[in-house]
Amino acid sequence: MSPSVPLQEMIRAIRSARTQCEERGVIQRECAAIRAQFRQSDNGGRSHNLAKLLYVHMLGYPAHFGQMECVRMIASPRYSEKRVGYLGAMMLLDEKQDASLLITNSIKNDLIHSNQYVQSLALCTLACMGSAEMCRDLAPEIDRLLRASSSYIKKKAALCAVHVVRKVPDLGELFAPAARSLLSEKNHGVLHGAVVLITKLSSCPHSPLLLFVLCLPQAVPDLIQIMKGLVVSGYSPEHDVAGISDPFLQVRILRLLRILGRNNEASSDAMNDLLAQVATNTDSTKTVGNAVLYETVLTVLDIKSESGLRVLAVNILGRFLLNSDRNIRYIAMTSLQKIVGTDHNAVQRHRGTIVDCLKDQDASVKRRALDLSLALVSASNIRSMMKELLLFLSSCPPDLRSQAASGIFNAAERYAPSQRWHIDTILHVLTTAGDDVRDETVPNLIQLITNASELHCYTVHKLYQALVVDISQQPLVQVACWCIGEYGDLLLRGECQETEPVQVSKDDVLDALETVLQSHMSSPATRGFALTATMKLSTRITDNVDRIRSIVSIYGSCLDVELQQRAVEYNALFKKYDHMRYAMLEQLWVIFLQVCDLLDLLGGSDQILQPSPVVGGTANTASTAGGDLLDLLGGLEPVPIAPAPTVQVYEKHGVTLTMSCDKQSDSGLTVTLTASNATDSDMSSFTLQAAVPKVCHAIRHVSASCQRLCFTVTPPPACRFSSPRVSSYA
Amino acid sequence: MIKAILIFNNHGKPRLSKFYEHYSEDTEQQIIRETFHLVSKRDENVCNFLEGGMLIGGSDYKLIYRHYATLYFVFCVDSSESELGILDLIQVFVETLDKCFENVCELDLIFHVDKVHNILAEMVMGGMVLETNMNEIISQVDAQNKMEKSETFIFQSTRQDR
Repeated sequence: MSPSVPLQEMIRAIRSARTQCEERGVIQRECAAIRAQFRQSDNGGRSHNLAKLLYVHMLGYPAHFGQMECVRMIASPRYSEKRVGYLGAMMLLDEKQDASLLITNSIKNDLIHSNQYVQSLALCTLACMGSAEMCRDLAPEIDRLLRASSSYIKKKAALCAVHVVRKVPDLGELFAPAARSLLSEKNHGVLHGAVVLITKLSSCPHSPLLLFVLCLPQAVPDLIQIMKGLVVSGYSPEHDVAGISDPFLQVRILRLLRILGRNNEASSDAMNDLLAQVATNTDSTKTVGNAVLYETVLTVLDIKSESGLRVLAVNILGRFLLNSDRNIRYIAMTSLQKIVGTDHNAVQRHRGTIVDCLKDQDASVKRRALDLSLALVSASNIRSMMKELLLFLSSCPPDLRSQAASGIFNAAERYAPSQRWHIDTILHVLTTAGDDVRDETVPNLIQLITNASELHCYTVHKLYQALVVDISQQPLVQVACWCIGEYGDLLLRGECQETEPVQVSKDDVLDALETVLQSHMSSPATRGFALTATMKLSTRITDNVDRIRSIVSIYGSCLDVELQQRAVEYNALFKKYDHMRYAMLEQLWVIFLQVCDLLDLLGGSDQILQPSPVVGGTANTASTAGGDLLDLLGGLEPVPIAPAPTVQVYEKHGVTLTMSCDKQSDSGLTVTLTASNATDSDMSSFTLQAAVPKVCHAIRHVSASCQRLCFTVTPPPACRFSSPRVSSYA
Repeated sequence: MIKAILIFNNHGKPRLSKFYEHYSEDTEQQIIRETFHLVSKRDENVCNFLEGGMLIGGSDYKLIYRHYATLYFVFCVDSSESELGILDLIQVFVETLDKCFENVCELDLIFHVDKVHNILAEMVMGGMVLETNMNEIISQVDAQNKMEKSETFIFQSTRQDR
């Protein structure tokens, strides 16, 4: 039949080669022979040679020298040679090769050939590798073939048209009339092609002509008619697959109906009956039935169907979830994922089954279950879901870990019932899957810990214990170092209400930090954290400063430039600026900024805002754009435990400014600035300016109630500012 | 759209590779190797859908496969194809091969690659499903083979005449 014998001999020879090297030798000899034969002008076995070459190509060896031979064979009058030539063209040529342009003419001639099999070869090749130019050239021919008499050719032309439209969307207009008329065919293959073509056309950019010709809303009754015919008709042996009549066509039509009914009330109404019929009548014991049901469910959920139908659809999906066949469960979860946004409550009903699927052995099912579980987390079920998710995290396959970790973090951030729970959860994730978490986790966690001021003691104890056990997980070590640096005094105090008290000595803490610094497992960033923490401890613990100084000075000659810079600066702090050390390494105030601002802040987290001298003025004018005013309104406010004391911020030339903060409500903070004049004369042109950063919203400011600061005994009227507390989600 | 159809055996040797989008030869071989790695790790009773191949296209693409004796039949599809439908298509393909070759086995696929290509060309064209009726496919393939045979016969007889 086909050029098999010499091909089979070669295949046998290749298979008998015992080693890779031998096989390469055989193939090289064969290729050389083939090349020699290509150079000869005419021989009877041309197709054999090309077939051999294609086999060699499949095994992975270079075969580009066969491209011109393909072009020659396509132009040959003999069918067997054309067949192999076209096969070679599909495998070896593509739009980037110059040779592909040469076959355009041959394809054009073959499309008008008298033999329908030659036409079909040409159509097949064009659909497989036709470039945009080839498609443009040959589109009129294909349109003509769409109206041919043979259904064999019509169905092939329809799919070829799909490829053309994919490459050159503007040509959709050309095919629209023929496509529309094909819907009235009887042959299932042609119908199938027509439905696919119309589906493709409906996703093209819509010109008015295209819309008019396609007349999509009126296609709906036609399609419904065809579907009814398939569903209701009796047994038809040629299209039957396990009891369902042409399920492939049914699925295609359902898909097209979905596209047509998507935002269209009228079409959706027309389809309701049919969809209900299909949903109830289809036999779901075999895979085929399930395929049709699945498609029906997707269509019902996507169009504007009535609520009874939607309930039916979700119930079918629920049944799928309980099916013993894993394939069915997989696709049920895939479709539930699509509707979890819109029909959340309906999906919640099946939460138990979905969570059970997390424990399935199949990796694909696990992946789907993870996605769906994360989407189903809500405020009411957060505790139980998190338990399951954390269990999953400890035993899940490595490629799902980072997705699971970031999903857990998002869920915890949105629905955490308490801060302590939140911190516990994050710690748990860091200890189980620490290396797979995202980079922003560390700053996020630090912000969280800082804000949970009651839990500082508890947090630092837990982190210290985790650090002592294991220093390989970088995010955990970074956060632990930072915490120990900030709240080292709480750690050393030893008492903690929330956990068991553990005696920790200063040497233990410094030992732990030094281990992190010296370990080869620590990344440079982690070392930076540890060094800064060691430095901060110099203000938290009063003795052992010498040990800290020595640690820091060692790193002054470290090879890592970042560490070296830090160490040198800290050394300088010890030597020349010791008086500023305490101020610089003070504990951070509660932070209310957004994450992106936080990253900037952490860049200089050990430098606390310094009281900067007020822009000076003469005795006559005093403008009060105090640097402290700026800093306070920047959203940082003192730890809200006790009412903040009145602070004298400026005293010069007889003008004294004092400020006091007063938290009146949860969303507002009042800063009172009191200006007093201690000189003997009056001051005039007293202006008040306040500069505020963008994070503060809606500052209400009552301007200074007088322009003159008079010399009085009684305290002058004060200026009030109101600034809302900036929330961390502003 | 179907991106690629691959048949390989339990050791990863390709028996048929058809790509409906263009890749370089090296990439094609890499795809075959990567698919084999992903598919061979799967247990017998897990589901037939796989995600996660990096090379062939990223998040939209799935691998749908079936394992018959010594061969894996893998279809790489995007989200516009129904997964269960493709599973059925693989079944129809294998049944067609069985009818054409009479109790098809791996050796048949090895020695008659071109025939398998011809059968496949009647089922899937340009990445889209063309025909799913087994009898229709077989009758078309038979007609084409008959045409080829008659040509060879004529050619041989003209040669003898010289």
